[in-house]
Amino acid sequence: MRRVFPHPYLSLTLVVLWFLLVNQWKLGSLVMAIILATIIPLLTSAWWPDRPRVKRPFALAAYALLVLWDVIVANFQVARIVLFMPRAKIQSAWITVPLDLKSPEAISLLAGTITMTPGTLTADTSACGRALLVHALHAPDPDAVRDDIKARYESRLQRIFE
Amino acid sequence: MTPVLDTALDLALSAVLVGGGIFALVGSYGLLRLPRPMQRLHAPTKATTIGVGAALLVSALDLLSQSQISWQELLITLFLLLTAPVSALFLAKTLILRGEADANLPDTGTGKPWATLAPEHSDP
Amino acid sequence: MILPYALQFFLGCLTLAFAMNLWRLFTAPTVTDRVLVLDTMTINAIALVVLYGIWGGTGLYLEVAVLFALTSFVGTVAYCRYLLRGNIIE
Repeated sequence: MRRVFPHPYLSLTLVVLWFLLVNQWKLGSLVMAIILATIIPLLTSAWWPDRPRVKRPFALAAYALLVLWDVIVANFQVARIVLFMPRAKIQSAWITVPLDLKSPEAISLLAGTITMTPGTLTADTSACGRALLVHALHAPDPDAVRDDIKARYESRLQRIFE
Repeated sequence: MTPVLDTALDLALSAVLVGGGIFALVGSYGLLRLPRPMQRLHAPTKATTIGVGAALLVSALDLLSQSQISWQELLITLFLLLTAPVSALFLAKTLILRGEADANLPDTGTGKPWATLAPEHSDP
Repeated sequence: MILPYALQFFLGCLTLAFAMNLWRLFTAPTVTDRVLVLDTMTINAIALVVLYGIWGGTGLYLEVAVLFALTSFVGTVAYCRYLLRGNIIE
């Protein structure tokens, strides 16, 4: 079983995605979905040897809702800066965020979250993957932004994944 | 549906559409207005995504009110939410590598350089 | 029933957005900026297709939007990869 389905959750996700794509319930679609869900994880397993471990799936769902809410808030903040703030007054800053997270999946989730939320954008990782380079559109106090990211997102991800 | 509910849905969908339209406009306006390349990266990744999100929400609810269920809106929304950060990351790495981003990057604090500028950086 | 007017408003916004994007495409200072503009334009185009679907009251256009979303992402990543590494497939 483990050899046929190296990533069971990925296979399940692929089945669901295929049905979202074809947008109707048919037996033929199910067969196609199962074929794809078997082949794609097998072909890509070489690049993804470990399985991600999610300790608290419900906390992950709550996290997704939090991020979705923050995305909407982020848009109002960015729109205000774009529309009304004088160009010279926008104080952009680079911020280094040292990471306590270990698992690569959690780190990429954190990087994505940072990009989608208020005025910040993940620009790079350090060569060893222990720090993120974040660009803030308007941050008069870069240290506060870093602490906010660590407290609001990283601590939650740490509880979910580690 | 009752007429009252119908009108309420109509008003709500129109409000979402107007908001989304403004955000889509802000995203493109930000591209023109913001002075630095790294700043320009912020406007479209966020504002434009919410513009499309509004259009997709209205499309789903509008089809639902005609008692058709469509799941593809969900797929597109998920896909855009997942890919927007990746595109932004790639664009930011390109800006850094080509020296078009703001200079004076901070220190990594780990003793290693940033991945894009590392002498032989592996796959991004 | 004010939904059609809201739709027209959104379409107007998108038209303006496309005009600004095109202007930026021609005046952008760097290549990376052009890639960013193209990315923005494709996302706007997805919104346009979805709106057209609402206008026609059909879900058929959504398939176009799905394909556009898929290909535009691959396009952006391919451009960036070319600029980053000098080639796309190694």
